[in-house]
Amino acid sequence: MKEVRLHGRGGQGAVTLAGLVATAGIDEGKYAQAFPSFGAERRGAPVMAFIRMSDSPIRTREKVYHPDIVVVLDSSLLSHVKVSEGLHKDGIVILNTRMNESEVRESIGLDSKLALVDANTIAREVLGLPITNTTMLGALLKATDIVGVEAMEDALDRRFGRLSEKNKAAMHRAFEETIVSG
Amino acid sequence: MAKRVGIEVSIALAEAVRLANVDVVAAFPITPQTHIIEHLSESIATGDLDANFIPVESEHAAMSCCCGSSAAGARTFTSSSSQGLMLMSEVLFIPGPLRLPIVMAVANRALSAPISIWNDHQDIMSQRDIGWIQTFAENGQEAFDLTLHAFRVAEDRRVSLPMIVNIDGFILSHVIEPIEILSQEEVDQYLPPFKPVYRLDPRRPITMGPVGIPEVYTEARMAHSEAIKASKRVIIQGWKEFAELFGRQYNPVETYHSEDADILLITMGSISETAMTAIDTMRDKGQKVGLVRIRLWRPFPGPEFRKAVGKVKALAVVDRCLPPGATAGPVGTELRSLFYKVPSAPKIFNFIAGLGGRDVTVKRFEEMVDKTKAYIKKRPKELYEVIGVREK
Repeated sequence: MKEVRLHGRGGQGAVTLAGLVATAGIDEGKYAQAFPSFGAERRGAPVMAFIRMSDSPIRTREKVYHPDIVVVLDSSLLSHVKVSEGLHKDGIVILNTRMNESEVRESIGLDSKLALVDANTIAREVLGLPITNTTMLGALLKATDIVGVEAMEDALDRRFGRLSEKNKAAMHRAFEETIVSG
Repeated sequence: MAKRVGIEVSIALAEAVRLANVDVVAAFPITPQTHIIEHLSESIATGDLDANFIPVESEHAAMSCCCGSSAAGARTFTSSSSQGLMLMSEVLFIPGPLRLPIVMAVANRALSAPISIWNDHQDIMSQRDIGWIQTFAENGQEAFDLTLHAFRVAEDRRVSLPMIVNIDGFILSHVIEPIEILSQEEVDQYLPPFKPVYRLDPRRPITMGPVGIPEVYTEARMAHSEAIKASKRVIIQGWKEFAELFGRQYNPVETYHSEDADILLITMGSISETAMTAIDTMRDKGQKVGLVRIRLWRPFPGPEFRKAVGKVKALAVVDRCLPPGATAGPVGTELRSLFYKVPSAPKIFNFIAGLGGRDVTVKRFEEMVDKTKAYIKKRPKELYEVIGVREK
């Protein structure tokens, strides 16, 4: 079973991202859970969401305490949220940032595997909005094998209808531009 | 068999209500029930569901409308949580004795004060004695299935009682997970149209809910109480027929590794799944631990529960509600009463956990089992214990 924790700010679509990945996984025949951190979510406040993905039925309702994958939708969270908390020793942090690997390692002292992408720029250029969730999907797909591209595209089509093309384009561009290291 | 789809549990439950083709939904939004009624409101607005949505001004009005519409012979649904359920309380005691088969989903949430939007069972336990049949869902599939079962049982002419399906707020209501959604044809096979025993009809006037003078009140309450007790047979039959049609078997209580267990955890609702994972972990370490999950809370399935428990040494009963000044939590009290003076009854230890959204983890279950082992040897001073309290 793979466990994912997403960090974002209210309005950036972390909860939607979690739901899209889980739905795509279920379409592939896997078992999955996606759930929000159940906080008093409001626009701009730090929020978390979680995903579990497994080949067999999932039988736990705990929050995710030891993620294999951490996705950070907003690099401004790094200064006050310890995004690597509880991260599995072979885990990966997927970060929306303009920083390169050494800058990231220096500024937040991470020694885990990293995947970096400038999702803000991609989202602004492709979607015309600074909403980075579907862009970060591209980074997640590049850095992990949690779910396949095809199932992800189908899930985007269902969720966004006529807006899905732009979101798929943002996802694909992020997939190309994500740099995995460590 | 239907395909598993990834869907939020609230939406799946609302889909069950839509497939049940309800006539009236009267509801007021409250966290964490909101997505259920939003989806129904949308289904009615788009014409996917031919029903009346009554956007009431309060939960008190919601339940009042439900009583009226059910009495008029309409298949009726509502949903609430926490403070909303509290505001509904005055009216909640009425449809039982009036034998109105309203179905309600309660997305269980803590009560104020302090304000909490998060999950526990204090809302529904404060309404324990409203005289509705009550079930607790363990996962999203059950939330869907038990909702269809609720309409089927509530409206059965041998039952004709209101029924609540409890789902844990957020922990179930807001989770996306794989659920098999039945087709309309399948649902129609299971759920016949609502044919009320009596209904309000100006052409054939009857009175519902007149004053119960001392000469009849006891008998009226007794009749209601007996009807609740007698409903168990139909509840079980409803599950049996569900299994025959769709392959998923539900029982009043379920067991997990209970046969050779020395200690049984007792749970209700979604924490049961985490408890099973905890039992797997403890079994790997050679501990003889099992689980009994209570699905049917009212009427309480006493004989089924006693049979499930067998000759076990001790029960670690988990409550999600702390009733101030009581001898124990509601489930703990129920089970102590059930086993009072029963020969070779298990020792019963009561743990209160997961209040106001506090996570009930695998580790917490292990802690409860460890404490139970110690208490078998040396009786604890208190009749219940709140788990995981920060003392610093």
